[in-house]
Amino acid sequence: MPLTPVLSAHWDEADSYTLDGYRRHGGYDALALAFAKQPDDVIQLVKDSGLRGRGGAGFPTGMKWGFVPQGDGKPHYLVVNADESEPGACKDVPLMLANPHSLVEGVVIASYAIRANHAFIYIRGEVPHAIRRVATAVREAYAAGLLGQNIQGSGFDLEVTVHAGAGAYICGEETALLDSLEGFRGQPRLKPPFPAVAGLYASPTVVNNVETIASVPSIVTNGAEWYTSYGSEKSPGVKLFAVSGHVERPGIFEAPMGTTMRELLEWAGGMRKGHRLKFWVPGGSSVPLLTEEHLDVPYTYEDIAAAGSMLGTGTPMVFDETTSVTRVVTRWLEFYKHESCGKCTPCREGTYWLVDLLRRLEGGVGSDDDITRINEVSAQIAGRSFCALGDAAATPFPGAMKYFADEIALGTHTPASDLYDPVAATVLAGVNA
Amino acid sequence: MTVTTASTSGDTLEPRPDLVTLTIDGVETSVPKGTLIIRAAEQLGVAVPRFCDHPLLDPVAACRMCLIEVEGMPKPQPACAVTCSDGMVVKTQMTSAVAGEAQRSVMEFLLINHPLDCPICDKGGECPLQNQAMANGQGDTRFDGPKRTFPKPIGLSAQVLLDRERCVSCARCTRFAEQVAADPLIELLERGSQQQVGIADGVPFNSYFSGNTIQICPVGALTSAMYRFRSRPFDLVSTPTACEHCASGCALRTDSRRNAVMRRMAAVDPAVNEEWNCDKGRFAFRYLESDLRLTTPLIREDGELRPASWDEALVAAAEGFTAAQGTTGTITGGRLMVEDAYAYSVFTRRVLGTNDIDFRPRNSSAEEEQFLAARVAGRGLGPTYADLEKAPAVLLVTFEPEDESPIVLLRLRKAARAGTRVLAVAPAASRGLGKVDGTWIPAAPGSEAAVLKDLAPDVVDLLGQQGAVVLVGERASASPGLLTAVGELCDRTGAALGWVPRRAGDRGSVDAGLLPSLLPGGRPVADAAARVDTAAIWGSVDVPDAEGRDIPAMLKGVEASEVSALLMAGVQLDDLPDGAEAALRAAEFVVVVDTHDHAVVQFADVVFPVAAAPEKTGSFVNWEGRVRPSSRPLRTSLMTDARVLSALGAEMGIKGLESDPVALMAELDEFSGWEGARVSPPAVAGSSPEPGSGLLLGTWRPLLESTDMQSGEPYLAATARSQEVWLSAGEARTLGATEGDMITVTGSSGSVTAPLVLADVADGAVVVTGNAHRALGASGVRVQVAVEGQG
Repeated sequence: MPLTPVLSAHWDEADSYTLDGYRRHGGYDALALAFAKQPDDVIQLVKDSGLRGRGGAGFPTGMKWGFVPQGDGKPHYLVVNADESEPGACKDVPLMLANPHSLVEGVVIASYAIRANHAFIYIRGEVPHAIRRVATAVREAYAAGLLGQNIQGSGFDLEVTVHAGAGAYICGEETALLDSLEGFRGQPRLKPPFPAVAGLYASPTVVNNVETIASVPSIVTNGAEWYTSYGSEKSPGVKLFAVSGHVERPGIFEAPMGTTMRELLEWAGGMRKGHRLKFWVPGGSSVPLLTEEHLDVPYTYEDIAAAGSMLGTGTPMVFDETTSVTRVVTRWLEFYKHESCGKCTPCREGTYWLVDLLRRLEGGVGSDDDITRINEVSAQIAGRSFCALGDAAATPFPGAMKYFADEIALGTHTPASDLYDPVAATVLAGVNA
Repeated sequence: MTVTTASTSGDTLEPRPDLVTLTIDGVETSVPKGTLIIRAAEQLGVAVPRFCDHPLLDPVAACRMCLIEVEGMPKPQPACAVTCSDGMVVKTQMTSAVAGEAQRSVMEFLLINHPLDCPICDKGGECPLQNQAMANGQGDTRFDGPKRTFPKPIGLSAQVLLDRERCVSCARCTRFAEQVAADPLIELLERGSQQQVGIADGVPFNSYFSGNTIQICPVGALTSAMYRFRSRPFDLVSTPTACEHCASGCALRTDSRRNAVMRRMAAVDPAVNEEWNCDKGRFAFRYLESDLRLTTPLIREDGELRPASWDEALVAAAEGFTAAQGTTGTITGGRLMVEDAYAYSVFTRRVLGTNDIDFRPRNSSAEEEQFLAARVAGRGLGPTYADLEKAPAVLLVTFEPEDESPIVLLRLRKAARAGTRVLAVAPAASRGLGKVDGTWIPAAPGSEAAVLKDLAPDVVDLLGQQGAVVLVGERASASPGLLTAVGELCDRTGAALGWVPRRAGDRGSVDAGLLPSLLPGGRPVADAAARVDTAAIWGSVDVPDAEGRDIPAMLKGVEASEVSALLMAGVQLDDLPDGAEAALRAAEFVVVVDTHDHAVVQFADVVFPVAAAPEKTGSFVNWEGRVRPSSRPLRTSLMTDARVLSALGAEMGIKGLESDPVALMAELDEFSGWEGARVSPPAVAGSSPEPGSGLLLGTWRPLLESTDMQSGEPYLAATARSQEVWLSAGEARTLGATEGDMITVTGSSGSVTAPLVLADVADGAVVVTGNAHRALGASGVRVQVAVEGQG
């Protein structure tokens, strides 16, 4: 399959992030097209395009917009989830750096569709460069009359607020994000009510991922049929695939859904020289890992699920044979333990326990009981935690056991560092100290 | 067997439209829409284990202990947060392996970081975690790693201590503080396994209701400084008691060991205090063991009080009263149980032969007496807490519930969260009013009557709605015409009228007729039929027919030599009006009946020690008019007031005065349902405050202050609020003062200096919080205000 740059088409231009740079290639032309339609027709268009949420869960975007009750007399809000924090996920931040105006234009169209007059872009606090880019883009858009009162004479008003998070993975969970945005401590809320009914300030709210919203202008410009001409029936469209890890040329590749990991690896220049693939994860640390045998699985929600994993954020992490799978899983769990918000028992205590057990295995002092226990504790978390963070923490180990049980069992007598030199897995490999 | 209900055979029961029918563990049940699964299961007798769930708090579904299986849902669901719907099929741990396994898992998780210190934990023996771990948990742990530990304990306040390693993050305490008490001073901090309850730097958890968090903590994470490590639950004897501290009327559970109170908890009484009480009711009981307790009778000899035998003291008192020949006045205070109050009513009329009796040592007025006689005495129950909760609107008049009747605040908060409009005619928009999302109607002290007569039409409309309530506090007596205006407002709008006094004994004293114009049960002294009726109940005796003196008149009567002796019961010098000290000194004969040694005792010729409330059986009547029975947790050789009066009566020739609390209550009951003449409501024209220099003082006594009944409990005292001076921004500008400046307020007999707080204060008024009445006088007096040192 060929690369199909849409969002990333002009990232190589020096001023791709400016209003002028964006407009040079038809930026903001979709606005007029959207304003010419009734809001409900815009929702229908997005429904017809089959666009699914790019934040990881893959919920149909048009359907989400359609849940917002109209004529209810309450303010509506659009909230863009730009809290990209998933280990391995690195697509929203580059997008906001290189093409923030596609996001802003998408925000205007989405707000128009759901009849929101105030939108918020909640950006992860650790990426000030991205926050500055988006804030500048919003400022430019205001100055050009693309935001504010009566945008382009349409009669539609929209205020956009760029908000910086304070560094918590949990705030990528949409209801925790809303709490954080309201000034509270970020912890997930009880659902129902769902945000579409009572979200930000208890008003109907749509929370969408950056890439999802940024995809909307191209759909409005080119039509639903254009979008569905890419990908599969259940997973239409194009997507930013961010390949990281032990490859020659890590980076972002925009390609149709259905592209295979083998193709992505090729574009990324293959594995780093002299090494071969050991395992890869399709979409962030929260999905089970896959191996070489899955390189030809089409990157669609359904095919990856059939292979026993999840598409997630669509940002594959690639690991070669220098990698200790035990060490990787331990690091991931340390991440989840650190980021668990503490609200619910299974996630708070389960991640604490898992890290304790995994460190034993990594240190070569584990036991067979520990391995059994890690599987059991993972199962005790899965499906019982308050939000998906717990489910995510329960995923890595059972996924790794499926393919690397023998290696993991070595942790009962040999430290991972004896088996896999930590330096060998880094860019420092081969560099004399 | 007797069948007392009419047969309904042949009728079919219509399903109620607001019910949903579901199946729990194979049993079909119908519950009102909106019922949570955990509550529906309870009704079937199925106890789903839980920690974070509390019926009076909003669901949070954090602990995950109550996971159950709901058919059609892929994951186990928290029973505490999912509402029942029609056709739902629920399987709890009783019938579902999925639910049972989920609950066992969560229990195991809760225990991995929980210390195994049950043997030294205050909660051990009454701990939901311990109980449920024993019932549903595993005997052994599979966790053998290092447990998370914290330095322990940390103080959330002087009184509430936190052992963080015991906390299971159920958020009951933080939700209570925010939702029920409206004191969001504690919050969960940090994240993951480091999550912990905490306070902001330098802002302790000084909520009047903080002790409730200790009680609802499902583990031993929260403890009180006063009870920590003092006792084990299984060594305690629990006795149901009524709180003696205020007119809210909380049901309490008093836990004692070896005849000493170890702690007190809120008992469950849905009609009154639900499951809560205030910190004063919870922690202020060390006064029972105070060194100042009176333990033997005392008589004055050569100018000094000396211990005496009961016989000696009774003879001395009888001689003194007999010598006074009907010129004795009785002054009682707020600690009296209603049985004892009634005994004072009988003793004063039958033995002392006078109607010179008054229970209001605080500021009082003739208008108030008339108001109480006409609108409160013997009127029975209502309005009630439930009425507050249902009311579309509640108007508070010179009444600061947070300080003056804290459980009323909690119920108003609950009502306000459900939509009740709360309005307050007050000198300032207090923080307490903010807690009930209230609307402030400004009224400088002294001008409230005029404000009530001139209420905005929308406020009058609100009060005209079915179920509206007006609550007036006892400070209204200081504002001429106000109680007249309150009564008229209620007559005009149909709003129910509640009078909320400060002290636990006040309402019972009104009902028992401890007023110069009033016999028990609302009978007017001036009404011949009422006197005949009273005499009949008392056994054909003469009931004095002249209305008596109130407290100011008695004190004046001493000066004029018209009153020669005083009987003082439960009255502090601080409570009495100015000039009381001179009168006490001038009185020929003073008898004090009390629990503690204090300033009034020093004027006594004879002193009788009596039992305090937890040392006797009896009851209080709360502001609603509801009888609050109280059992006796402590044994004592001290007698009740009634028993002392009975002995004294016998010594003075009137034998057989009832002293048994049950018999006294039964006799008082005979006074209920009076249908004869009543004292007519007061008709005092409201007047505006007299012009003068300075500002009008608004003040009320705080919940926590240094009185005998709060003595001996330093941790509680340390949570009291500090004194503040509230001024409007305009007045502060006039003074040239800014927030935080020390302001000196000077009144007739002293001054108070406290930091300035800018607030919404009525024009021409200043509010001084904390105990200021002794130095400055009652609400409505004029005071001078100046920046400290510039007066």
